This record gives sequence, C-alpha cells and structure tokens, in this order.
Amino acid sequence: MDLSLSTRTEGDRTVVVVGGEIDVYTAPKLREQLIDLVSNGNYHLVVDMEGVDFLDSTGLGVLVGGLKRVRAHEGSLRLVCAQERILKIFRITGLTKVFPIHSSVEEALAATD
Amino acid sequence: MAVVELSFTPLPGHVRTARLIATAIARRADVEPDIVDEIRLAVGEACSRAVRLHQSHGEARPIRLTLSVDQGRFEVVVIDAVPDDDSRGPVEDVDLSDLSVEDSDDGSMSARIGLAVIVGLVDSVEVIPHPAGGTEVHMSWPSGDVRRDTVLAAEA
Repeated sequence: MDLSLSTRTEGDRTVVVVGGEIDVYTAPKLREQLIDLVSNGNYHLVVDMEGVDFLDSTGLGVLVGGLKRVRAHEGSLRLVCAQERILKIFRITGLTKVFPIHSSVEEALAATD
Repeated sequence: MAVVELSFTPLPGHVRTARLIATAIARRADVEPDIVDEIRLAVGEACSRAVRLHQSHGEARPIRLTLSVDQGRFEVVVIDAVPDDDSRGPVEDVDLSDLSVEDSDDGSMSARIGLAVIVGLVDSVEVIPHPAGGTEVHMSWPSGDVRRDTVLAAEA
C-alpha cells in the first residue's frame, strides 16, 4: 500500500496518522479521510506526518482543503513533521505560514488555538 | 550522452513510476543526495501536471519523459500532448495567498502549488511548445561530473 492512514481520539482532538507517500495517486484517500472526519463533527485535527516519505503539491492541496474545512467550523488542523525534506516543500510554497507545524504529536496536542 | 526514455499512459499511478526511474538515474549520475530529493519532487510535479492536463482534455496519448546526463548536467524533459495549454509560457512566481477550499476540490490549487514547487526547486526550468503539439518542461541540475570537472580544472 502506498499510503497508510489511521485515526485515534486524544481528548477533543483527532490524530490522523499518515504513512508512506502522499502524491497525485494517494492524496484522494487522505482527502476522503479528512472530509469524513469533519462531516462526523471532528473539527480539531492533528495530522501526524512523521511516517510520510514523500509529499507533493497534490498532498499540500488536500491539507489546505482540510484546513479550510475545519476552520469553517471554528476548528483547527495542526501538522506534526520534523523531517527536513518534507518541511522543505512547505517552505518553498510559503505554507509554513499557513499551517501550525509541530515536531511531535505531544507538542501538537498541548498547543492551544 | 546517456539517455533513458519513458512513455506512460496518463494515469496518476504512473507518476510514482516516473519518480522512481528519475531518482535511480540521478543516483547513477552521482547527483548529490539533496538534489536527488529535489529531482524526485520536481519530476513528480511535472508529471502530475501532465497527467492533470491530459485527463482534463480527455487526451489518452502517453506522456513522455526523457532523462539524460551530459556535460555535468542531469536533464529531465516531460512532454505532454495537450494541444491548447493555457499554462504554457514563462514560469513565473506563483502567488498562493488567495487559496480557497473550492480550488482544492477541483485541483486547480494543486496545479498552482505544483508550479510554485517546480519554480522554487529546480536549478533551471523552461516550458516550451513541443513541435508535434503539446508542451515540453525542461528541467536540469548539476550532476556529479561537475564536481569532478571543477576539481580537475582547479588542479590544472
């Protein structure tokens, strides 16, 4: 499987654990997961990308879409990523200013909006 | 000049195939590991763009990729076969400040982010019309040969 997804609840947050590659082929699966979570009333999401090997613009587009969807419900979407080569694509596109990015799930869960 | 050519049906699943081949050849050409990561991303972006264009225009002809190493440069050319491409032309800075949910749903946001990534990443990029119709995206980076050439010149 190119992309793995799992979710768990941590208090009032939902952690989405992503693994593998997020590209034009696999991004729709992540998009559907985020849409499902929001339509089920989960508006505070933490996307754990520590296990992600590859992220491209399609993946970024899905994450931005997710962020906008939760914000429509006064929610939040935080990312967990400490890998320089994944952070690089956020920097190049200026999206480090758009997403709160944390270096651990613990840090993301402790953050307040 | 060493050349590898790949031709693939415009399907999202084949973009990864193109990335794998490009990185394998870049490593063989002694390209620096950080640059191999950039190539992986840039080739993926250019091929995703081509797939998106073919699909939105109902174009079933294959997308072509050529990879070559010549005179200290590793060059990738991604060729699409879409006759009327509005995004052709100089690759300029892309303004992402007005992204919206609607854009992400129809893929046009990803298309703009994709261009921004290529522009930000690639050492040298050109988008030119292909003689038989469609577009060629030319991208190149220094290969391992450059370091050797530079060292040899310095020692001369």
